[in-house]
Amino acid sequence: MIFLFLVVSLAFVWAAVTGSFTVPNILLGAFIAAIAVLFIRERVDRPFVLRRLGRFLSLAALFIYELALSAWRVAVLVLSPDMSRRLAPAIIAYPLTVKTDGQITLLANLITLTPGTLSVDVSEDRSTLYIHVLEMTDRDELIASIKHGFEARVMEVFE
Amino acid sequence: MMSGPEVLHFATTISLGILTLAFLVTIYRIIVGPTLPDRILALDLLIAVAIGYIVVIALRTGFTLYLDIAIALGLVGFLSTVAFARFVLQRWEIKQAALEQHREEARE
Amino acid sequence: MIIDLMYYLAAIMLVVGAVFSLVAAFGIVRLPDLYTRMHSASKAGTVGSGLPLLAIALVSFDGAVILRALLGIVFFMLTAPISAHLLARASYIAGYRPKAGFGIDDIEQNDKKLK
Repeated sequence: MIFLFLVVSLAFVWAAVTGSFTVPNILLGAFIAAIAVLFIRERVDRPFVLRRLGRFLSLAALFIYELALSAWRVAVLVLSPDMSRRLAPAIIAYPLTVKTDGQITLLANLITLTPGTLSVDVSEDRSTLYIHVLEMTDRDELIASIKHGFEARVMEVFE
Repeated sequence: MMSGPEVLHFATTISLGILTLAFLVTIYRIIVGPTLPDRILALDLLIAVAIGYIVVIALRTGFTLYLDIAIALGLVGFLSTVAFARFVLQRWEIKQAALEQHREEARE
Repeated sequence: MIIDLMYYLAAIMLVVGAVFSLVAAFGIVRLPDLYTRMHSASKAGTVGSGLPLLAIALVSFDGAVILRALLGIVFFMLTAPISAHLLARASYIAGYRPKAGFGIDDIEQNDKKLK
């Protein structure tokens, strides 16, 4: 079922990218999509993929909103005349709750594109994420906001 | 009142001007440095600005083929930054190894 | 009329995207050290190359172009933080420290604890 859904949607993406909606072209797209999906079928062939898709889309929407906000904040900071007084950079340790590499990667990416934070490194035992902060105010508040915001959402997507 | 395409053409002219300025400012950082990662970062931004440039030109001329060039350039930029990051790491490792060797020789 | 409106919107997006590129460039010149500069390049830079792509998707009226532009945006949004993260990590390990006198550094403190 999910297999079929993926093949059909990928076939249409193929038709759109190549720019011709003829029957042979869509069939060619479906063929290539089927091969591609066969390669990753262990990862896709699980229940809840469709339900997770909805959560994933809401995470993506949040991501775009945060990106716009963070670009705006950086722009305001850079263009303010008293920039060096407002700057309070710091590298802080963030205790990770998520465990797998995929989750950590997604979380680190999200953190990098959110206002004033940039992930620098993961400790070797994968328990701590080091984050560079542009305007440091309150450490506990920052950690709590990531914990209840992005990390909770990432865990929801992966369960 | 100008029509839509005219306004867009005017906007591309302004954007090209602003992007040129961004180009020059970024090049200042590449020249001044002071460290290697600073220059790599500036090169990364230069590629982002170049992508903006190409997309604006695609809109201006109407050749949407430029879009593929922009995406390809984005890929090249990403890969080059990854390669540069590895280079920074490896240069440090080689330096450490050389230092270690130097110390051992001094001990003997 | 609506089509004209889309052209106006695309024009605004183009100029705003270009301005964000310029701000990112100013940022890497004005900010004091590598790590703060990275914020400017990765965020404002992504918006700077993403908005023109969105503008082209808006006025091309062609499915293939719209899809390619959107895929390009997704691609840039996925790769920009990864390259920033890789560069930050490599520079930190290679001994480029944040400018002295600028806040706390947990990595250094944890390293000291380990030693």
